[in-house]
Amino acid sequence: MHEVGIAEMLSEIAIEEAKRHNFSKVSSLKVQIGEMAAVVPEALIFAFSIVSKGTILEGAQLSIEIVPIVARCDRCEELFEVENFSFKCPECGKVSDHCISGKELLLISIEGEKGEHPHV
Amino acid sequence: MSEISVTVVRNILEAQDRIAKSNRKLFEDHKVFVLNLMSSPGAGKTSLLERTIEAMKSSYRIAVIEGDIQSQEDALRIKRLGVETIQINTGGACHLDANMIQSALEKIPLNAYDFLIIENVGNLVCPAEFDLGEHEKAMILSVTEGDDKPLKYPLMFQKSSVLLINKIDLIPYVTFNTERVKKTVSELNPRIQVLEISCKTGEGIDKWVEWLRNRISLCKH
Repeated sequence: MHEVGIAEMLSEIAIEEAKRHNFSKVSSLKVQIGEMAAVVPEALIFAFSIVSKGTILEGAQLSIEIVPIVARCDRCEELFEVENFSFKCPECGKVSDHCISGKELLLISIEGEKGEHPHV
Repeated sequence: MSEISVTVVRNILEAQDRIAKSNRKLFEDHKVFVLNLMSSPGAGKTSLLERTIEAMKSSYRIAVIEGDIQSQEDALRIKRLGVETIQINTGGACHLDANMIQSALEKIPLNAYDFLIIENVGNLVCPAEFDLGEHEKAMILSVTEGDDKPLKYPLMFQKSSVLLINKIDLIPYVTFNTERVKKTVSELNPRIQVLEISCKTGEGIDKWVEWLRNRISLCKH
């Protein structure tokens, strides 16, 4: 349900970047979402399509990359992918919740057309 | 006209996280211990607050921020105990965010308190995503919700410092394997402390209060 709020924050940042780089139209946005983040991709895409209406982002495609949870063991320093949310190191069995990735909520890039007269 | 691509790499929550950081600084400057209490609706957040306040109000100056989608019900329950209470109605939003807390703080003279409890909106998912600037997150799982919840909603269990298993007086009547929960949670979050309580009978509340006392005294130094 909080995807609407996240879509609003995403739009704000994307509009700021589009203006800074003198875009006239944004056609797509790349976003990374960690598997650990409590965000449902379909809900975010739907919310984004609503909140972006009437802005330079209207109609832009939101492409979402899901980032797997990777942790580092604090005993043997092994990097391992966390499955079923078990942070137990497969090498030595110690539980370490030191996440290297998997909590991301990032705007990675925007694509579109550059023009002389950007519309707002 | 030309097609271009610009690499951005910005945290979508950056504005919210910036406000959380400024809230945290404010709490630290005033040496107030701040707890963010989260759970599903009906797990017992307000009942736990009542027990906690009764046990601690003679030794600590306590204030409460109540987060709900609608109504003043919870704030009225807490005010009856003689504690300063600010109600936030999110008007639909399923969680509190740092901005809402920042606005509520305008009404609370922080230097008059030792301990601020933020009761988040009842929801097992969204509140875990938003840093409010608190020192610690604590969550409640009541036995009637089932012992499979840590695997279904891992984020909150992963981010909390304390898990309170509430309504243990009902264990004889429901299927709830406490050991299963403890095992799942310990693989999800090695730092989490699990306390078994009943807000109905008062069982286990002393251990929770002891944890809070230690935590509050850490903030004073």
